[in-house]
Amino acid sequence: MTTKLFGEPVRRREDARLIAGQGRYLDDLGQHALAAAFVRSPHAHARITGINVDAALEVDGLVAIYTWEDLPPGVAEPLPLLIPHPALTHGRTAYPLARDIVRHVGEPIVMVVAVDRYVAEDVCDLIEVSYEFLKPVVGVEAAVSGAHLVHEDVPDNIGAHLVQEVAAKDGRSAAEAIAAAPHTLSFRLDIERSACMPLEGKGVYARWDADDQSLRVYSSTQTSTSVRMALAAKLGIPLPKVEVIAPDVGGGFGVKIVHPWPEEVLVPWAARLLNRELKWTEDRREHFISSAHERAQVQHVKVGFDDEGRVLGLSVEILHDHGAYTPYGIIVPIITSTQLLGPYKIGAYRVEFSSVYTNTVQVTPYRGAGRPQGVFCMERTMDKIAAFLGKDRTDVRAANFIQPDEFPYDQGMIFQDGRPLIYDSGDYPESLRKLKELIGWDEFPALQEVARAEGRRIGIGIGCYVEGTGVGPYEGGHVQITSDGRVHVSTGLTSQGQGHETVFAQIAATELGVPIERVSVVTGDTRRFGYAVGTFASRAAVMSGNAIALACRKVREKALRVAADALEADPRDLEITDGMVHVVGSPSAAIPLATVAVLSNPLRYAFDEEAKRATQFAGSADMNRPPVAEGEEPGLEGKDYYSPIRSTFASGMHAAIVETDPDTAEIRILRYAVVHDCGKMINPMLVEGQIHGGVAQGVGGALYEKMAYDDHGQLLNASFMDFLMPYATEIPRIETDHLETPSPLNPLGIKGAGEAGVIPVASVIAGAIENAEGFPIDRMPISPSELHELRVRPA
Amino acid sequence: MKPPPFDYHAPVSVAEAVEVLAEAGAHGKVLAGGQSLIPMLNMRLAAPAHLVDINRVAGLGEISAGPDGVRVGALARHSQVERSPDACGTLPLLRQALKLVAHPVIRNRGTVVGSLVHADPSAELPAVLALLGGSVRLASRGGEREVAAADFFTGPLESATRPGELAVSAFFPAWPGGTAFVEVARRHGDFAMAGVAAAVRLDDDLRVAEARVACISVGPAPVVVDLTAACGNRPVASMDWRAVVSAVQERIEPEADIHATAEYRRHLTGVLVERAVRAAADA
Amino acid sequence: MHDITLVVNGVPREVRVPARRLLSDCLRHDLGLTGTHVGCEHGVCGACTVLLDGEPIRSCLTFAVTVSGREITTVEGLGADGPSPVQRAFAECHGLQCGFCTPGFLCTTTAFLRDNPAPTDEEVLEGISGNLCRCTGYQNIIKSVHRAAELLAEESS
Ligand SMILES: Cc1cc2nc3c(=O)[nH]c(=O)nc-3n(C[C@H](O)[C@H](O)[C@H](O)COP(=O)(O)OP(=O)(O)OC[C@H]3O[C@@H](n4cnc5c(N)ncnc54)[C@H](O)[C@@H]3O)c2cc1C
Ligand code: FES
Ligand code: FES
Repeated sequence: MTTKLFGEPVRRREDARLIAGQGRYLDDLGQHALAAAFVRSPHAHARITGINVDAALEVDGLVAIYTWEDLPPGVAEPLPLLIPHPALTHGRTAYPLARDIVRHVGEPIVMVVAVDRYVAEDVCDLIEVSYEFLKPVVGVEAAVSGAHLVHEDVPDNIGAHLVQEVAAKDGRSAAEAIAAAPHTLSFRLDIERSACMPLEGKGVYARWDADDQSLRVYSSTQTSTSVRMALAAKLGIPLPKVEVIAPDVGGGFGVKIVHPWPEEVLVPWAARLLNRELKWTEDRREHFISSAHERAQVQHVKVGFDDEGRVLGLSVEILHDHGAYTPYGIIVPIITSTQLLGPYKIGAYRVEFSSVYTNTVQVTPYRGAGRPQGVFCMERTMDKIAAFLGKDRTDVRAANFIQPDEFPYDQGMIFQDGRPLIYDSGDYPESLRKLKELIGWDEFPALQEVARAEGRRIGIGIGCYVEGTGVGPYEGGHVQITSDGRVHVSTGLTSQGQGHETVFAQIAATELGVPIERVSVVTGDTRRFGYAVGTFASRAAVMSGNAIALACRKVREKALRVAADALEADPRDLEITDGMVHVVGSPSAAIPLATVAVLSNPLRYAFDEEAKRATQFAGSADMNRPPVAEGEEPGLEGKDYYSPIRSTFASGMHAAIVETDPDTAEIRILRYAVVHDCGKMINPMLVEGQIHGGVAQGVGGALYEKMAYDDHGQLLNASFMDFLMPYATEIPRIETDHLETPSPLNPLGIKGAGEAGVIPVASVIAGAIENAEGFPIDRMPISPSELHELRVRPA
Repeated sequence: MKPPPFDYHAPVSVAEAVEVLAEAGAHGKVLAGGQSLIPMLNMRLAAPAHLVDINRVAGLGEISAGPDGVRVGALARHSQVERSPDACGTLPLLRQALKLVAHPVIRNRGTVVGSLVHADPSAELPAVLALLGGSVRLASRGGEREVAAADFFTGPLESATRPGELAVSAFFPAWPGGTAFVEVARRHGDFAMAGVAAAVRLDDDLRVAEARVACISVGPAPVVVDLTAACGNRPVASMDWRAVVSAVQERIEPEADIHATAEYRRHLTGVLVERAVRAAADA
Repeated sequence: MHDITLVVNGVPREVRVPARRLLSDCLRHDLGLTGTHVGCEHGVCGACTVLLDGEPIRSCLTFAVTVSGREITTVEGLGADGPSPVQRAFAECHGLQCGFCTPGFLCTTTAFLRDNPAPTDEEVLEGISGNLCRCTGYQNIIKSVHRAAELLAEESS
């Protein structure tokens, strides 16, 4: 049995329970809990003038009805603004229950508690809320016109405005560089809203223990540690008396990193007040209208370039729609602004964004988190330059690439983590070479000719990106080896299907030299680990992976020390294989880790065989030393944190061949190729899985999914019938190739992989359709109807 | 998304069912496969006081095919009809259409007759019934009546079924020529942005003797157009497609929604008319 | 309230439900079989798919009372001793990530391969076309279905 599991396609350890229907997702818990439901605003913008619950009070099974008036001080306050920023001059967050004004359809107004969800919904139907209508603001351009305001005290609806400039090496500004460039282009790009749309919605289940005066909360969250801190603060319960657990989570993709959601505060609050178990399980309609969306931006681009297509100056103005509130600050447009640069050296760069309020669901990160928009901008720019110069699109990109010998490469900006945007490693020319080979880039024009002769339209597109991953500030890992030889690993961040139980076990098994079967991993349970940031920004493997590796190294060091004592050997001569500590080259002088675990604790009640056996190693105690030496701890456990100086930068390139029907304008992806570099891969099978899933979401964003708001702020497609998440029939087979450029920034040499797949897809598909059709595609997603419109529109 | 409360009735015979329906009047709703009704209940877009579940009614599951056509009972599921060699042998159009109805799992529950009564202007089966000039048999306390397709589909989600009536079966007349059903949906299995069912009969010289189409998603109900004249008794190879297409486009009244503009639907219907007529002539 | 009997995974279960109780909720909350998941409650996602007398149906679009007396198979009942070939194939081919859609895919696939033991790629696509997965991009699910067909063939030979 090998214990070198790092880098192997190890099968997932979470699957045994998940395929058997034995997973424990939020709504699987608390079978006897009361149920909560909410009356939500049917209007995008209105003042609440009255709430009448008379009819509702008659319903059998009703337990409680709460409005904002009922909330105690901590709970009644607006929800926290998680990530402030100096440029966010007008940050606004919602009350957990609307106080007087509702600012989007779906905003919660009344909370109902009843014996079950059916009854709770009956009650909601009978509560009458009266409104005075206010003018809804929909769409970024309408918003910045300032004709109507989402928040009375936010002029022109602008929540944040930020300009970032990187001068050229010769000191020229972007405007100067563009003015002086041999060629210039300017154009506008549009990206519509989509959303994470995990198959499991959000949910909260709370239990108040009146005897113990403690609260246990389960939440389908991407950050249980932060929910815990928020709850302790808001409910005024001492932190040690609050535990938050993320059970199995049915997908997150960003929306569950936002915290605390109104329901995450209200459900525990009411559970304590009522002294009853209480659960809220979000339904699909609620998820559409009251969680979060992302993507929507309008971009105005000006670019100056030379005859080779090298970008001398680039200026981008972004209007970013952040919806009605800004709980997550302006992370998304900041990421767009910085990651727009991709794998390129841009002469001079200026980016300006306005992040604006509209009467729509709030915008917070969705897998990719602003990168798809930035990459759309840059890659469309590259294609336009190539078209203008009559050059191959890959040549223009290659002319702008950062070269392998230029790392670390400083882009001269500040990244989302507040640290300099310095790329750690990468090999972009090699990625491009692999991609061109994989998709058959150079052979494509001949294929296209043949197809054209048959009356078919096919086109090819390409997109490149760089993704900052593994952002700080930290994650921790705890490792304990118990006297049965089992290894218990925990980390505070959470899992939503990424396979952390498997990859973290691989890391621990490799570091400690134990069979993976003996390792168990717990994530997202504050009873096991209290400090964590959360799962987002492709950071889990990098952050917790390294933290667990470091914790394992501590434990290993101690195990060797204890074993060395017992074996009367030098710790430097010892190694661990298969759970046995032994002298290198002399397997007979060995001691099981289980025994070492017993020896590490001076209190040795013989509860089990291992403890009995360990007595033979007990040796002679030195009566002049305390049983636990200074600086030592009983037990075989270790904890460590990993805190990087800055993010590590993964990269990749995608290409696609599409076919458009000349008559119906249907768009079909014939081939999709991915070359991906996330440094060293812990488990290539899982990395591929992440890429497949990301690309599928990208295809959704490119061809199918958008949030269709009408002028009144009504979301017209708040169902899976009309919000078109792709089925298997819409997703092409994805061909992948990998490059492994290790990160020099962390002990394992890894980079994040979680978001990569989704990032360039819209730009790739747009490029391919453009190539098939011969006219620019500047707006995504695109439907057959929209493609048809472009075809027949007067030139 | 939980259904509102209702009084539940589970009659076991047609007689009992129509009795209950008569009592309930306008407050009663029939539950067949539930694949359209239950989503509406879950979203609380419908709240009938009485739900009459016909799934236990005896004798409604029959599918009988004869030379004249196919009669489908109210409890025959889409999948049963789709897999019935008799029904689809007599009328291949049934299978051609049913393959386009939702996904296999939905078809295991949804009923053909339910789809007709539901009368979704984007649904395939109403177009089939309308194209072939079939009919629906409605039972009530007062007896039975047979309503012709032309009178049955009265508007979007509206049929001639009156309160107190139970649709017991539908009759799809046989067609002596070829048929086809083509459509374009956003995703596989979705309701189509436009779709065309065609029935074409060629004469011995392979010229079009008779042709009609029924178009979906371009009007309040399936739009049936007789194209025999527009086809001008020519062989398909030398057809004046422009005339054929415009004969249809004159008749349809597409509307815009979030998936397609009205203009695109008009264009698409034109494309699909040609494809459907060609395919039906080939069949 | 209605007293009904459902034969779930071979075991007759008596339960008292209001007429409006969805089969999905009845299985999950009245019978404690939480392996059947609910992703949309309007028939589109397929997470709630169970077998009714062997045929896959949406349990969110079925009232428990309607199917009283009938046989229901849920994901918990797919394997006799240990996981079934279909379940094993999904684990082997990394056909799941968060696992929320998985019970629906497993039930759908089990019935699909029974009717079509050696499907083509296209038939597999059609067979699973009514189930949404937000995590996997489907590629490994398609692989899993083919692998399951192999495992089933091995098992029956
Ligand atoms: C995800 C999804 C996708 C779908 N896609 C399509 C599609 O592409 N094309 C398509 O055509 N359909 C589609 N459908 C609808 C499906 O075909 C339904 O089965 C059909 O529309 C209704 O049949 P039912 O038996 O389920 O009727 P129910 O839902 O039971 O009833 C529908 C309506 O008809 C009435 N009714 C039903 N039977 C009778 C009767 N015998 N007498 C009197 N009234 C009756 C009911 O009272 C109700 O008003 C889809 C459904 C879903 C959930
Ligand atoms: S929950 Fe039943 S289909 Fe989605
Ligand atoms: S594995 Fe998460 S939805 Fe399919």
